[in-house]
Amino acid sequence: MYRYDQYDHLIVRERIAQYRDQVRRRLADELTEEEFLPLRLQNGLYMQRHAYMLRIAVPYGLLSTAQMRMFAHIARKYDRGYGHFTTRQNIQFNWIELEQTPDILTDLASVEMHAIQTSGNCIRNTTTDEYAGVAADEIIDPRPYAELIRQWSTFHPEFIALPRKFKIAINGAVEDRAAIAVHDIGLTAVRNDAGEVGFKFMVGGGLGRTPIIGSVINDFVPWQHLLTYTEAIMRVYNQFGRRDNKYKARIKILVKAVGAEEFARLVEAEFADLKDGPETLTREEVERVAQWFNPKPYLTLPSIDPRAEHAGDKAFANWLQRNVKPHKVPGYASVVLSLKKTGVPPGDATAEQMDFVADLADKYSFGELRVTHEQNLVLADVEQSKLFEVWQQAKARGLATPNIGLLTDMISCPGGDYCSLANAKSIPIAAAIAERFDNLDFQHDIGDIELNISGCINACGHHHVGHIGVLGVDKDGAEWYQVSIGGAQGNESAIGKIIGPSFSAPQMPEVVGRLLEVYVKNRVEGERFVDVAQRLGVAPFKEHVYATPIPAGAKVGEDEYA
Amino acid sequence: MPNFELHSHKQIIKHREVVDDDWSVLKLVEDGTPDTVEVPAGKIIVPLKVWQAQREQLLGRAARKELGIWFASDELANTVKDDLDKFAVIAVDFPKFSDGRGYSIAYNLRKRLGYQGELRAIGDVLRDQLFQMYRCGFNAYATRQDRNIHDALKGLTVFSETYQASVDNELPLFRRHPRGALPEHSDLGAGI
Ligand code: HEM
Ligand code: SF4
Repeated sequence: MYRYDQYDHLIVRERIAQYRDQVRRRLADELTEEEFLPLRLQNGLYMQRHAYMLRIAVPYGLLSTAQMRMFAHIARKYDRGYGHFTTRQNIQFNWIELEQTPDILTDLASVEMHAIQTSGNCIRNTTTDEYAGVAADEIIDPRPYAELIRQWSTFHPEFIALPRKFKIAINGAVEDRAAIAVHDIGLTAVRNDAGEVGFKFMVGGGLGRTPIIGSVINDFVPWQHLLTYTEAIMRVYNQFGRRDNKYKARIKILVKAVGAEEFARLVEAEFADLKDGPETLTREEVERVAQWFNPKPYLTLPSIDPRAEHAGDKAFANWLQRNVKPHKVPGYASVVLSLKKTGVPPGDATAEQMDFVADLADKYSFGELRVTHEQNLVLADVEQSKLFEVWQQAKARGLATPNIGLLTDMISCPGGDYCSLANAKSIPIAAAIAERFDNLDFQHDIGDIELNISGCINACGHHHVGHIGVLGVDKDGAEWYQVSIGGAQGNESAIGKIIGPSFSAPQMPEVVGRLLEVYVKNRVEGERFVDVAQRLGVAPFKEHVYATPIPAGAKVGEDEYA
Repeated sequence: MPNFELHSHKQIIKHREVVDDDWSVLKLVEDGTPDTVEVPAGKIIVPLKVWQAQREQLLGRAARKELGIWFASDELANTVKDDLDKFAVIAVDFPKFSDGRGYSIAYNLRKRLGYQGELRAIGDVLRDQLFQMYRCGFNAYATRQDRNIHDALKGLTVFSETYQASVDNELPLFRRHPRGALPEHSDLGAGI
């Protein structure tokens, strides 16, 4: 993975000194809270329901084991023994003292980490495919480019106070596993007829209050112009993005207002001035960065079928089927460690689990880990012959729930338990649904399905693109849940459609149960839930869900959100 | 009742020093219109709109180096691209520190239009913005008067290296320095 050189170290060190002084000035009342707010946000520090929350950048989701152990250390020393992996491949700690944040940053810097631009109205952590570098369908490894974007965007002087936050995702494979369509800029690597690498630029996607799938504004930008073309977009956005209304300030609103074609024209005009300028990437620079992501010292191994050796072990077979992914190098596989054990908030990991997965990665996966945007962890390079061992050990620590891609592998934001913006809780809803459908045979029968839960319209839990999306809404001070179906991420991204009036918390498991009944009744061979939902539309689902009153707690609410 | 207000700072930061300042910034009051406002005598920085409305009358004062203009954050640098050499100072207003449009205005004035003179940040200008302002081409800063200006000066020396090109550095880090050597003290992988 990428390693800091003396300049990276210097910049992070100077940042800590700057931030330490900002905290000092805040505590001495030389800075008002209003002035301090954007400064701390640009350093990932939020004030939440109970305490400060610190969001630490995991650039493009890639972690060394030393870095993971540092998270364990932070969890123990500065928090309550756990951390929360997020849909943006970062980690959040929920119980942080302001006074301690400079020391946390100092600890982080010792393992080449920071919290720069994990929040605030600037370019945030660039995310990518958790299988980058090992996926068989990869066109290029996107990580060197993600690192180049990271460096270019770090403290970019012109784009530090944008109209709103800005998120870039980059995908290097045929299949989009980085949800690029719902990012401010979504990049896909492509090759032209001459075999040269370039990027397809999608702009103006996003979730939140106004969910929009991004528009392609350029099918092929040669790799040399990655940063200059991005800069052109940023300058157009900085000048013309709305600032009068924070709900209309994202680039998606600008792209929608002027139209994708006109927006592309504005960008081209800006780009004309930048093209071939000094920020143009050189082969040497890309290769310098790429060398850190070079293929690992893979052994020459035969491809084996681990199932065969342990035939009859159904639990292992289930895990292989769901949690083990193919690898481009023969004899290897990628393992997803599930952070979705029933009873645990999605994405949460204890300090002990963090230390443990670091040990696993040291032993079985070249000392590297990845964070997925579905809030799981990945050991990307496991020898097939070691899968049984890895499974046994992971199982002992509650990290081998064989549910990847299944109903209980839900995405959920922290919701009302932690987040001060929430309209409703998310974690207990996730827990109630997980409990009701805990039966693995049932889950395997239902097959691939994505259930995403957000505690409010900000959509941190990606509910709009869930096959089933659950959104917490507030109605007369009570917590209600609005349900949508048919959303999807990836190459066929779609925004889900709301099925009708919202539900009370106790009704939610039954609502999901009824949706699944409609699916099971109507599916034809090989069809996933989302395929059926998109084929049939909302009507039959709606009909069945609302046909008879749902017991448990309050009755189905009539409300304005429907 | 004049339909404008004059704002002046005793001291500003210019070229990394605290210096006395004898300019005033003219702001229109609510019902002031750019074409009727009577620009008082002295060294005045007028709104871009006033310049546009009264260009002919103001040309003489500009020639005497007594006139500057200031951009509101929603105005674009290229609106006066042919007049840039007429002003003794160009200012860019930051109505709130969270409004970052002024950075692009400065960048465009310097990079695209080649403006060479004094470029001054006015408005909600705080210590923690000075470094990025400097990088985008500002060389003068009328910092907020309720803050110690000597403290603010420290904001200009936060970082000794930066990754990307901007006005201060024509070249990005990767073109300025050979990169890639691992620092000797790095012990990543050794645990903590
Ligand atoms: C607990 C503290 C959190 C706060 C205060 C918070 C705040 C927000 C806000 C205000 C928005 C709406 C922004 C907009 O639409 O302009 C948002 C959107 C979002 N947040 Fe969070 N969030 C939090 C946690 C998280 C977590 C845990 C994640 C997962 C990594 C996350 C990822 C996202 C995503 C993916 C979106 C949607 C982005 C889009 O519109 O494209 N946030 N968040
Ligand atoms: S979706 Fe809402 S409740 Fe959930 S984390 Fe985001 S802001 Fe908080």
